[in-house]
Amino acid sequence: MSLVKLLTFAQHFTGLPVLFTEMENNSVIATEATILFAGDSGDGIQLTGDQFTTTTALFGNDVSTFPNFPAEIRAPQGTLAGVSGFQIKFGSQEIYTAGDHCDLLVVMNAAALKANLNQLKPGGMIIANTEGFDPKNLRLAKYPEGVNPLEDGSLSDYKVYKLEVTKMTKATLEGSGLGTKEIDRTKNMFVLGYIFWIYNRTPEHTIKFIEQKFAKRPEIVDANVKTLKAGYHFGETSETFMQRVQVKPATIEPGIYRNMTGNPATAIGLIAAAKKAGLPLFLGSYPITPASDILHELSKHKNFGVRTFQAEDEIAAITSAIGAAFGGSLAVTTSSGPGIALKTEAIGLAIMLELPLVIINVQRGGPSTGLPTKTEQADLMQAIYGRNGEAPMPVIAAQTPADCFFAVYEACRIAVEHSTPVFFLSDGYLANGAEPWKFPTSSELKPINPNFATPLPEGETFLPYKRDEKLARKWAVPGVKGLEHRIGGLEKENETGNISYDPDNHEFMVKLRAEKVARVADSIPSQTLDNGPEKGKVLVLGWGSTYGSIKTAVKKALDEGYSVAHCHVRYIMPFPKNLESILRNYDTVIVPEMNNGQLVKIIRDKFLIDAKGISKIKGIPFTADEIFQHIVSHS
Amino acid sequence: MSTSQLEKVPFTSKDLVTDQDVRWCPGCGDYSILKQVQTVVPELGLNREEIVFISGIGCSSRFPYYMETYGMHSIHGRATAIASGLKATRPELSVWIVTGDGDSLSIGGNHFIHLLRRNFDVNILLFNNEIYGLTKGQYSPTSEAGKVTKSTPMGSIDHPFNPLALVLGADGTFVARTMDRDPIHMREVLKRANLHKGSSLVEIYQNCNVFNDGAFEVYTDKKTKADETLFVEHGKPLVFGADKAKGIILDGFTPKVVDLNELSVNDLWVHDESDRVKAGILTRFFDEVNTEPHLPRVFGVFYVEDRARYEDVFNQQIADSIRLKGEGNLDKLLSGNNTWEVK
Ligand code: SF4
Repeated sequence: MSLVKLLTFAQHFTGLPVLFTEMENNSVIATEATILFAGDSGDGIQLTGDQFTTTTALFGNDVSTFPNFPAEIRAPQGTLAGVSGFQIKFGSQEIYTAGDHCDLLVVMNAAALKANLNQLKPGGMIIANTEGFDPKNLRLAKYPEGVNPLEDGSLSDYKVYKLEVTKMTKATLEGSGLGTKEIDRTKNMFVLGYIFWIYNRTPEHTIKFIEQKFAKRPEIVDANVKTLKAGYHFGETSETFMQRVQVKPATIEPGIYRNMTGNPATAIGLIAAAKKAGLPLFLGSYPITPASDILHELSKHKNFGVRTFQAEDEIAAITSAIGAAFGGSLAVTTSSGPGIALKTEAIGLAIMLELPLVIINVQRGGPSTGLPTKTEQADLMQAIYGRNGEAPMPVIAAQTPADCFFAVYEACRIAVEHSTPVFFLSDGYLANGAEPWKFPTSSELKPINPNFATPLPEGETFLPYKRDEKLARKWAVPGVKGLEHRIGGLEKENETGNISYDPDNHEFMVKLRAEKVARVADSIPSQTLDNGPEKGKVLVLGWGSTYGSIKTAVKKALDEGYSVAHCHVRYIMPFPKNLESILRNYDTVIVPEMNNGQLVKIIRDKFLIDAKGISKIKGIPFTADEIFQHIVSHS
Repeated sequence: MSTSQLEKVPFTSKDLVTDQDVRWCPGCGDYSILKQVQTVVPELGLNREEIVFISGIGCSSRFPYYMETYGMHSIHGRATAIASGLKATRPELSVWIVTGDGDSLSIGGNHFIHLLRRNFDVNILLFNNEIYGLTKGQYSPTSEAGKVTKSTPMGSIDHPFNPLALVLGADGTFVARTMDRDPIHMREVLKRANLHKGSSLVEIYQNCNVFNDGAFEVYTDKKTKADETLFVEHGKPLVFGADKAKGIILDGFTPKVVDLNELSVNDLWVHDESDRVKAGILTRFFDEVNTEPHLPRVFGVFYVEDRARYEDVFNQQIADSIRLKGEGNLDKLLSGNNTWEVK
């Protein structure tokens, strides 16, 4: 139990501010803290969260964050549907998730409280903007007539701090000449300033940020900075009896760090791979939540020769990429489940053409349109099996936001060196989550060697489907004399690539394409254990974004003496060759997944191991505690 | 990878023939189109290795297998989108799209119109036979209403597309029509299409002698051709008919057939390829031949417009960005702007 929690309990039970002796700068020392900012989507919650994150990371804490957007862009103000949230966990020790529950819940209105109160730890703190609890807001949040949770004692298990944010913001900006709307828009800065004060963070970084963001509008810079400072000073001068908290810098691996979010990490990974391979990067994409930010990020980097093409639909997004791949680009298409479904036929074509192509699925809740802004891992089967005919292709999944960089880099390497389309799986949680990243230098990145066909000696005929030892065919791009050839989606004769309807040839080619994908296993690293003993009772096998929760849970279980280990697979098709031997070293293999059991089926099918699935299909990640409970019950 | 700067190595029609057996039905109009393309392409001043033929699915889409150039026989309706990605990234290539009425106007309708509005510099050969041939005879989006086929035993109830009106509506910048049975005209139109800097759409009336024989017979048959067709040329009056005795005038926006024994040639509508409104009217010369009175069907280049090519602007943005920001530095990208050191 964190010190913060103890303190708030103590405060609550005495009803008085408590004096502490083990303090620094008038603050209690905590090893970690979790804050959830929540408000209307128009309240600037994401920006507030981002700013707190950057400042905290720069201070030296380990951090992990997760935003929670409403599904509708313009959900009615003040309603439960319109609540936007941003959770950050930070600590002086290593942090792997954005936290199961929060110590501090900051709510800008009644709906934000109602939607998030279950996220608050028992005895936790609430900072509430009282103006967001007027009769109108209470009604919109669907509190019964006459009920105000801030007044009726229903929050007596928590420590509630009521702030008149709107009023104080107005007072701060009196005479600034700004209109009511513009003034109202700065109120998140007041809250941020106050939170900075509570957690002993300085507002300098945010001031710089404001100055840059509104460089062309000095009056707006002025207003935001004033309000930010006002919030900070309010902490110092007011008598809210708020206990300040100090979370000291974490002892993390020495090096130079930056904060990294999953989607930008994916974008940068693609650019890095293209650079290292010496290929121009082409992205064919159609906007879709939660993948669009990869398109946005790549569009910013045209000076790297990145060509982004916003196609007319998902099919054109992938087929334009296939055209670019034929022309010699490192070609990529990005989407989410529904869009991937539309691309399916073209993925089959890419498999027949045996051209390098990276297909990115930032998974969201399905089926159909499903839960666009919620996370899920339910497209694994789609990635592995979801095509007509026997159509295997490599599948790689990222496990943390920053890991999107390395995983997509590997996807590109395999695509280019093995002449195949490759699936890269991310999800909504990774896409929007952030963590500090000890970024590599370009020289530390693995080389990527394109498999280009070169002009032939006079008199020799080019064989477009002749293969190397990896069974990869050569990449013959238009413009090279003597390599003119035709490719297509009809079954091919090996080597010549001519159309063939021969029964034996078809069976041969189906097995050859499968073997080609299987041989990718020769170029990927062996599977390692993330944590725990090499043999034991329980192995928690995960993939994708469950990494942080499993890591936290297994660490706790090991600390408490359980015989448990953690193995996280990044290469799912094909698996690393040694995966089976690892799985056989434990009495029980449990597989937590944010789906109805997909990896677990593949494991059972492939290895005839009685692996047990653990499902969570709520559009939200597992908490570490949930996984811990499963470890306990399987021990 | 560009070879366009290299000296041109001449090649002949024979060099364009592949070792694959041509598998269209005997008598199919596709043979003539293949022959004209193989005749014209060596005259265009291109290197063979710079040429790419991309097709979708359908009888016409087997075309790339018979052209000894780079080629892709892709999936149904997507040739236009594949060509877009190729042309965007390799603007120096000469990209040809071979498609049919089902491929481009039905399953691939979306990519087709978007390619046209973007104005990629590609040549699109739309083989229109008003039927589904490869799937053995169902009606197509250009089949006339009432058409009896395997899937429409009581007659098709679909209103057909007018392909060139659609192309103009999608802001196509080169709009032309020709036919399989007029090789000389086809070759001229293909050359013009290749010269145009932008999306060139050539609709080719193609006879499917197995499932829709004679669909265009009135336009190709010697007995009826002169009276049923109007071959337009830039700057020339709209004259047609046996003995060139008929012409077209514009009465307001209404085209009318006139007798040149009664009216002077000087009173006729003079074709202007840059006139978009009139090109629109020409595409509407689309009457059924069995309705009277009816206008002749128009062949030739309807409309040409000089508009920026997508790939030029697309790649210009890359060049501009490099000029403004400098060539991207990977290490700077990896580190970003906010870093901190842990000691
Ligand atoms: S079915 Fe018709 S269009 Fe197809 S090859 Fe035969 S004749 Fe030609």
